Amino acid sequence: MELKEKLISSFMAFENTVNVDSPIHDIRINAIKRFETQGFPTKKQEAWKYTSLNSVLKTDFSVFPKDIEALDYKTVKKYLIDEIDSYKIVFVDGQYASHLSETTHDDIDVCLMSSALTKAKYKPVIDNYFNKIATTDGLTSLNTAFSAEGAYIYIPRHKAIKKPIQIVHFSTGNEAALMLQPRNLIVVEENAYVQVIERHQSLTDNPTLTNSVTEIFADKRAIVDYYKIQNDKQSATLIDNTFINQKNDSNAKVHTFSFGGKLTRNNLNFYQNGEHIDSTMKGVTIIGDKQHVDHNTLVHHIEPNCESHQDYKGIFDENSTGVFNGKVVVEKEAQKTNAFQANNNILINDKATINTKPQLEIFADDVRCSHGCTIGQLDESALFYLRSRGIPEKEARGLLMYAFSNTVLDSVKIPELKNRITKIIANKLGVNIGFDL
Amino acid sequence: MLRINNLHASVEDKPILKGINLEVKPGEVHAIMGPNGSGKSTLASVIAGKEDYEVDEGEIILEGEDLEELGPEERAHKGIFMSFQYPVEIPGVTVTNFMKTAINETRKAKGLEEMPANQMLKLIREKSELLEIDRKFLSRSLNEGFSGGEKKRNEIFQMAMLEPKLAILDETDSGLDIDALRIVANGVNKLKSKDNAVVVITHYQRLLDHIVPDYVHVLYNGRIVKSGTAELAHELEAKGYDWIKEEVNA
Repeated sequence: MELKEKLISSFMAFENTVNVDSPIHDIRINAIKRFETQGFPTKKQEAWKYTSLNSVLKTDFSVFPKDIEALDYKTVKKYLIDEIDSYKIVFVDGQYASHLSETTHDDIDVCLMSSALTKAKYKPVIDNYFNKIATTDGLTSLNTAFSAEGAYIYIPRHKAIKKPIQIVHFSTGNEAALMLQPRNLIVVEENAYVQVIERHQSLTDNPTLTNSVTEIFADKRAIVDYYKIQNDKQSATLIDNTFINQKNDSNAKVHTFSFGGKLTRNNLNFYQNGEHIDSTMKGVTIIGDKQHVDHNTLVHHIEPNCESHQDYKGIFDENSTGVFNGKVVVEKEAQKTNAFQANNNILINDKATINTKPQLEIFADDVRCSHGCTIGQLDESALFYLRSRGIPEKEARGLLMYAFSNTVLDSVKIPELKNRITKIIANKLGVNIGFDL
Repeated sequence: MLRINNLHASVEDKPILKGINLEVKPGEVHAIMGPNGSGKSTLASVIAGKEDYEVDEGEIILEGEDLEELGPEERAHKGIFMSFQYPVEIPGVTVTNFMKTAINETRKAKGLEEMPANQMLKLIREKSELLEIDRKFLSRSLNEGFSGGEKKRNEIFQMAMLEPKLAILDETDSGLDIDALRIVANGVNKLKSKDNAVVVITHYQRLLDHIVPDYVHVLYNGRIVKSGTAELAHELEAKGYDWIKEEVNA
């Protein structure tokens, strides 16, 4: 059976596990219908021209994991950033792992989507926000249809949360192949602040397919710092669909660090529903043999006096493929928009490929929109300069590539996280960079 | 210390150096002068090991060892330093971190431990004072947005940090105002000892007023066509290069 058919027929079984009388379930039913009509995206669709899911969809993924294996902290410690005090919402094969987590209900809610979708006290928030900005395409609809578990974060007005929140998904390989569909909702009210670190990690080489949807709402003057660490095994496929709605004077940043996995697709969408909004999207991609990373971004400038900044750096080795498709829409009303987009790439190997495409749709006349993309090799004269000072070629290359991605690392606000990413990068580049930049 | 025998080098099959002979002994300062396009910068780059140049004939011997098979980093480890005419801008790497990496990689190559952090800091402080470099400057990205004078001062700062046996200063005076020229020259003079040597490559006499050479060589059309003492530099300043060209072509 094709995965699409399998998912559609699994929906009935899924209905046995959730409350079908809840209004949420009407949303799910509509969503599975949409998925039935649209199915998975194909390369015929413009937005998927350079990324094919065909080979991934051939795998016979289990939709419901059978036995959940208890993971001990020791096994997963290295994937958590525990040098800092943080809240943690940890899932193992899609199920909440309480012993690895640290949730809270003091002033703020850092807990589970399964609670939020079923308990009366969360109903007003769910009614207001759930599935309000997630799109209606096939993959997002599929996630909506099966939405039951994930992270639920609610930061009420004026609460600045110093402790970052880690959302971590582990897959144990208990199933021959497993599909996961986490659904996250993050509501940051007026003048509140939150930092989130998200990671998906397979612990074995059994294939995983994660189709994740995250909805983020940043109210007036809210600040959201979101970090995605994508450094999964070669057996892992991640389709990340993130939607961010911003109101007046809010500031939202998403940093995406893509270092591993067979196929990673990031659909990152910002909607600016207000004035004086700042949206930032930054990414570093460093991949090698048979890896594919696709960044598909959208910034929708709807009202005047807003800014958006995009800075994506990519380093591609061996038979790797990168895609950057950055769409900026500036509505007629969105005068004085300042939109900046940069995508710079280094191809280390002539077998590596990058497809980069800025897409600007500007309907206002008094705006500043710029975009630039470069594709090149390492600067040979810089390499000679470093080597002439005694830095061996391999280290010099690593240092230059590290420096290249440094503009993105620069704005990571959590030092421990920055440190961790630095180490991953040094490791990816095969150098021991003996200093912190 | 350095002996160059009948060196021929080319870039993309175009011969540039056509039989250079030069001997530099410890404690000496040599100046290499010559008109534009005579091969001065090529000579510096070939000694430093730039791979764009092909050595077709001859040899470069440093302390008895042929450098031919050595990469630029290995030559640096053996004590060769070239001050670049156009130092490369490297955004994202600070001056301090660049120097730490360069020093520790050189130490590693010599089988030494990394330099302890406090010792490194002390060294950086001492050498930056010598070149009158502001501390803030050291945490900036390497050469990025530096003025011409700052770039050159930074080159000599690197020389001071790495303490090479043989320093080649490639047009270090170009783009310097008189204050920067004095600081740079003063730095070089303070680093001079009986054990190291300096080769100054320049088009003009003025740097040689500050760094006084023991020998002056005139490079023309890929060959050293005339050698002399500091007097020769003054003569060139007064008379230009045309008489040399005429002498050679006669």
